[in-house]
This record gives sequence, structure tokens and C-alpha cells, in this order.
Amino acid sequence: MRFSFVLSEVLTGLRRNVTMTVAMILTTAISLGLLGGGLLVVRMIDHMRDNFGDEVEVNVYLNKDISGTDKGCTAQPCAGIKSALEQDANVEETRYENQDEAFERFKRVFSGQPELLDLTRKEALPGTFHLKLKNPDRANVIVQTYSNKPGISSVEDQGIFLERFFGVLNGVRNATWVVAAIQAIAALLLISNTIQVSAFTRRTEVGIMRLVGATRWYTQLPFLLEAVVAGLVGAVLAVAGLVGIKGIFVDNVLAEPISAGIIPKIEMLDIFWPVAPILVAVAILISAITGYVTLRLYVRT
Amino acid sequence: MIRLEHVSKNYKTSTRPALDDVSVDMDKGEFVFLIGPSGSGKSTFLRLLLREEVPSKGKLYVNNFDITRMSRRRIPRLRQSIGCVFQDFRLLVNKTVAENVAFALEVIGKPSHTIKKVVPEVLELVGLDGKANRMPNELSGGEQQRVAIARAFVNRPLMLLADEPTGNLDPDTSQDIMLLLERINRTGTTVLMATHDHSIVDSMRRRVVELAFGRVIRDDARGVYGVGR
Ligand SMILES: Nc1ncnc2c1ncn2[C@@H]1O[C@H](COP(=O)(O)OP(=O)(O)OP(=O)(O)O)[C@@H](O)[C@H]1O
Ligand SMILES: [Mg+2]
Repeated sequence: MRFSFVLSEVLTGLRRNVTMTVAMILTTAISLGLLGGGLLVVRMIDHMRDNFGDEVEVNVYLNKDISGTDKGCTAQPCAGIKSALEQDANVEETRYENQDEAFERFKRVFSGQPELLDLTRKEALPGTFHLKLKNPDRANVIVQTYSNKPGISSVEDQGIFLERFFGVLNGVRNATWVVAAIQAIAALLLISNTIQVSAFTRRTEVGIMRLVGATRWYTQLPFLLEAVVAGLVGAVLAVAGLVGIKGIFVDNVLAEPISAGIIPKIEMLDIFWPVAPILVAVAILISAITGYVTLRLYVRT
Repeated sequence: MIRLEHVSKNYKTSTRPALDDVSVDMDKGEFVFLIGPSGSGKSTFLRLLLREEVPSKGKLYVNNFDITRMSRRRIPRLRQSIGCVFQDFRLLVNKTVAENVAFALEVIGKPSHTIKKVVPEVLELVGLDGKANRMPNELSGGEQQRVAIARAFVNRPLMLLADEPTGNLDPDTSQDIMLLLERINRTGTTVLMATHDHSIVDSMRRRVVELAFGRVIRDDARGVYGVGR
């Protein structure tokens, strides 16, 4: 096998039809970029599940009256609620946070947003029991048992919010993948078409190659590699695009929820591993298969 | 070397068989003319030997390959043992003479030091030394056909198939090409040439196989083009 021969054939092939090559590469890049974006959302959800997973809490908010007056939770009904929660079979751990502590935490979380801090009075924040459950699935039992107890203003299952948020993210991911799939179809057609045009322009060469007894490696590998090289360039562009969008767009727009620890930061590392290798593998696989099928269907061997 | 046993070829789009129950033997080192009117099946005959087409019926052996039963993977080996030239030369217009000849070796994976050695040798054999760096459009028709012959012969095939190689050439140039083919034949290479050219066939007095409507109607050891016609 003379690689220099095959390689020079590939390069002339790609140069011969520059417009088509560019279209093929860009479509592939966009499709792969969207696929990669979806993969990053999946990564993000996984990170969040890891971060919050065991810590998903049920919060029992005390009413304004108790929150303002009984900061030590020594009087009734606060003390009664506390002991009831501590003895509840579903509750693993109870942590009490009074109004002062809640306000301190609030100031920490929203330190980046002074307007919000100015608007919020300490009195607006309730004293809270943060509950960790033995089994997070039993959260609704707790919510039902305690919601109407005297002194309690509301009981909130954080897990529900988290799941709702995950639902939104999953929707975003699915939408990206649908668009990616449509782009992928366009990319496939372009790749297939490029190979056919390429094979047509080179029909004299290929005819001679077949006559003098060149194997399929020589007659077809250049076309196949043409597709694969274009796919690879597309994958590289897609990764570069993801890095660019992350740096310029995502990091800035989501800066606050990220620094507040609500949304995990997308690290460069997330893009390079495992997203980039996945995109490269998908690009190689799809372009090679498309190339192979096209050669089988349309180009005489 | 070549053996056809009751070979027929029906093209899908045609009602009449292009070859009809043809049985012929050709030995190593023979020089054979394949003649017959247009449409009689000469090119089809050659295409079957190259396994460009498969016979519809019959058995066919070429250079010890059983054409009717061989797998597609072995086709390149078969074709490497056969050289071909055509009426229209089929040179690559963007490559020089030497590159055209080298191309045939490159694409079958010959190492470059071999190519560097044998290409000038074969160009000298066909009388084109000194024109190695010309482009095909800077050559006469006869010279272009020499390049094609050099390309067909450079890998030292067991046989050379020529489909009307002199069809586009004037009589003098045709004569030169025939001398070249005779020279190649003398190296032990079987030569099978399809032609319409009366004077060439008559002057060479070699074996003549005549086709009409896809059938062999004559096979003379030292024949002429048209006996009594
Ligand atoms: N690919 C094909 N498909 C259908 N019919 C074909 C095909 N090739 C040849 N034929 C038919 O087969 C018959 C023999 O054709 P072939 O080309 O072998 O003749 P030939 O003797 O080489 O003629 P010529 O001297 O004009 O080159 C003709 O009737 C032709 O129309
Ligand atoms: Mg013909």
C-alpha cells in the first residue's frame, strides 16, 4: 500500500471541489456541535445529580411569627415541631436554621446581586428546618404530615424543583439532538453527493486503475478517506465551536447561578473528555459508513 | 492460456446474444487476430477475458483463472496478468508520459525504486525514450498509442489484449504499432487483437478468428481478412 499515493489523491479530491467540501464540512460541524451541546447538557445534569443527589432536602418553613421571635426554637410550637421531626421515622437528620442564619446564607449566595440584597429584608426570610430523609421518595409523606401543623407556613420538597429543572434541561437536550439529527441527514446527503461527484470526475483514472488490476483499496479508499477527512475536520470545528461558545457565551450568561453553586460550571475538561472523542468517533463512523454505502450503491467497483 | 467452452453472453438490454456458443483455445505466445463486422462481439469477447462482464453460459479460463467461478476479490490478480490497449488510448491528460506509465504500477502497489527502474526501460522498448516528460497532448496519435502500450506492458503481463489499437491511426503509423506488438509477442507474451484493418491482417498472416453475429465462423492458423468476399 502506497500511502503517499492515496493521500495525494485524497487531497486533490478535496481541493477539486472546494465549495462542496466546505459545505460538507460546515454541515457536519454544525450537526456534531449540536450533538456535543446535548452531551454537555447531559454532563451537567449528571454533575447536578452528583452534587445534590443525597443532599436533596425537604424544607419546613416556620411562619413569620415564630421566625421573628423564637430564634432559639425553645418555645412552643417550635420545640414541639422540632422533636416531632427528630423522632419521625422517615427523617434521617434535622438541622435548624434561624432567621439570622438564613439571612447570612442569602447574603452569601447572592453576593453578586446587590440590588436583590437591598430589596430583601431579613424579616422576609423564615426560620427553617432542613430535613434529610432516609428515603427521598418519602418526601411527599413529610409534606402531607407537616404542612398544616400550627406554626408551619409551608413544607417544600426541593427534589420536585430539581426534577422540574432537570425536565427543562432534558427538553433542551432533546431539542438540540433533534436539530442535530436533521443537520446530520443534510450532512449525509452532502457527503454522499460529494463522493459521487468525486467518483465521476475521476472516472477515467478509476477506469484505468480497475483495468490494470488495482484493488479496491486503491480505487475506493481515496473516496472513503475524502469523506472521513471532511468528517474529522468537521469534528474539530465542532469542538472549537463548543469551546468558543462556552468561553464567550455560557460562562458569562450563567455566571451567577454558577458562582452560587446552583448550576455546575461546564469545565473545558468536560468538552475535551469525553465529548470531543465522542464527536470524533461519531464523525469517523458516520462519514466512513456513508462513504462505503455510497460507493457500494453508486460507484462501480 | 485462454480457453472458452461454449461461452454465450446475453446483455440484459439486448435480445440477440452478443456471443453465441463460442469455443476457442489460444496458447501461450500466440498472436491472434479477432475480426468480424461491427457488432459481431469482438469487444464483448475481450471484456469477458478481463471479467468486465461475466459469461451467461459456458466455461472460461484465462491465465489459469477460472473466470466463471472466481471470487471478486481475485479480479485484480487476473487483470494484473493482462495488459490492454484501446482505440482511444485512454491516457491521463494531466500526467506526463512517464507518469502515465508509472501510474499503472503505483496503483497496484509496486515500490517506487522498481517503478524508477522499469518505466524508462519500457519507454525505450516502445521507442519513446526522450519523450518521457511530454504531456499526451504534445504527442502524435501513434506516439500516444505507444504510451498506452508501454503502460499495458510495463508490468510484464502474460497476455496483451488490443481492441482496434490502430483504429485511429493512418496506415504507416499502424504498421509501426504492429511492429511493436510483434516485438512484444516475441518476448513470449500472447497478443490478441480485435481489428477491422484488412491490410494489417493480410500482411501479417497470423491466426485469424472471425466472428459473425456472436458466433465463430472461421479459425485459420495463418489467415487473411476476407477469403472470397
Ligand atoms: N453494454 C452493453 N449492453 C447491451 N448490449 C451491448 C453492450 N455492449 C455491446 N452490446 C451489444 O452486443 C453486440 C456485440 O457488441 P460488441 O461491442 O462486442 O461488438 P464489436 O464486434 O466490438 O463491434 P465494433 O467492431 O463496432 O466495435 C452488439 O449487438 C452490441 O449492441
Ligand atoms: Mg468493439
